[in-house]
Amino acid sequence: MDNSLKLTCLHDLHVELGAKMSPFAGYDMPIQYSGIIDEHNAVRHAAGVFDVSHMGEIFVSGPDAESFVGHIFTNDVRPLPPGGILYGMMLYPDGGTVDDLLVYREFKPDHFLLVVNAANIDKDHAWILEQSAGFDVVIDNQSDAWGQIAVQGPEAEKAVCGALGFPEAAQLSFYTFCDLVREGRRVIVSRTGYTGEDGFEIYAAPEQIRAWWQALMAVGVKPCGLGCRDTLRFEAGLPLYGDELTADISPVMAGLGMFCKLDKPEFIGKDALVAQKAGGVAQKVVGIELADKAVPRHGYPVELEDGTQVGVVTTGYHSITLEKSICFALVDTAYAALGTPLWVRVRKNVFPGVVVKKRFYQTNYKK
Amino acid sequence: MSKIAEDLLYSESHEWVKVDGNVAIIGVSDFAQGEMGDITYVEMPDLDDEISAGDDFGALESVKTSSELVAPVSGKVIARNDVLEDEPERINEDPYGAWIIKVEMADKSELDALLNASAYAELVK
Repeated sequence: MDNSLKLTCLHDLHVELGAKMSPFAGYDMPIQYSGIIDEHNAVRHAAGVFDVSHMGEIFVSGPDAESFVGHIFTNDVRPLPPGGILYGMMLYPDGGTVDDLLVYREFKPDHFLLVVNAANIDKDHAWILEQSAGFDVVIDNQSDAWGQIAVQGPEAEKAVCGALGFPEAAQLSFYTFCDLVREGRRVIVSRTGYTGEDGFEIYAAPEQIRAWWQALMAVGVKPCGLGCRDTLRFEAGLPLYGDELTADISPVMAGLGMFCKLDKPEFIGKDALVAQKAGGVAQKVVGIELADKAVPRHGYPVELEDGTQVGVVTTGYHSITLEKSICFALVDTAYAALGTPLWVRVRKNVFPGVVVKKRFYQTNYKK
Repeated sequence: MSKIAEDLLYSESHEWVKVDGNVAIIGVSDFAQGEMGDITYVEMPDLDDEISAGDDFGALESVKTSSELVAPVSGKVIARNDVLEDEPERINEDPYGAWIIKVEMADKSELDALLNASAYAELVK
């Protein structure tokens, strides 16, 4: 193993379980244990647990915290009550995406938690600090101090309330959290996830996360790796930063405009998004369903029947739940309408497909 | 530790060859299927296609990755294991039983460039 890789607090337990490990976002992470299909199906039909300790936790507090978060974040935190969570993005002034993230409004006034992608922690922290000039805020990157697990699937509530002893979790609605104390230490339990199923994300000290991981193993919750994390989020139509959102792909291009509140007085990137909404964008992220079993992969060309390239695949799989070959692709806007026929080049062959809705799988969130 | 069948020849790209007279039966090794994970699709050439040693003749798809199949010998495709169309997982379950294609060899001397079981074991060790 590359010695420069960081290890999460659960690393030795993954190795003990025989996980296939691989570098991801600077960490040595589990890709799969029993197999991607088995783990994927466990989350769709029972419950699985993911080590997501690599995710970043950046705390923002101070008298200007609300206006500052509103300045850097596309969604509107002003009506968000304590214990509420919003999904949205941080943007560059040109509308390109710095990162997508969750914002938690804490129970203390003027306190927010920003949960960011592991690969972007350093970039985001620097960006946030840079934007904070002139705001009376404290920015505290606590990413290394927190472990995190995601318990996902229709049986997640039973596992979190029962095996982990968090009956409070049953009271949470989707995109809310509770603040608990266990063994004198702060624990955050939120009803969130990245799978299209009901589930919880639990943030705590590394030793506590280790104990709870083992408690979940003991009751048969399936350990799940990054392999099925990607297949699950993809089927549910959720973007991955680096694929469907990048410095060159704005939320409007990605079809995520509903998370950008253009009626807010201002936020970084707002003017660019207003212009994109008014004037249209050159390319959009769409879903494509292929008639064949050939698998479209990231980077494969999207073409017209005559071979003209009009786009590129951003994520693609032979869907485990839906049993068909589907992908997200960034295509010229002229070919982005539902029902448009498009072809995907897979090695030497081209396969016909059609533009479909990106939410391939009907999600099962508890509202 | 992956299994290696003693009576087969191997390519450095992890295909195996079973020689039956002038016919080469071709599949992929246990090591290869283990690295791929759950195989979901096998792309095969058509019957009577001519394949050339060193060139792609198809591909394996798993959930996570694609891997091209590289021809260990040249010749004409005389049979395809069409069972794999619906049951690609047979390659995971029984890599040395689940052959992919049979080829009528154009030049049996190409077999000399392949590895025997012990040399292949060194390669994947």
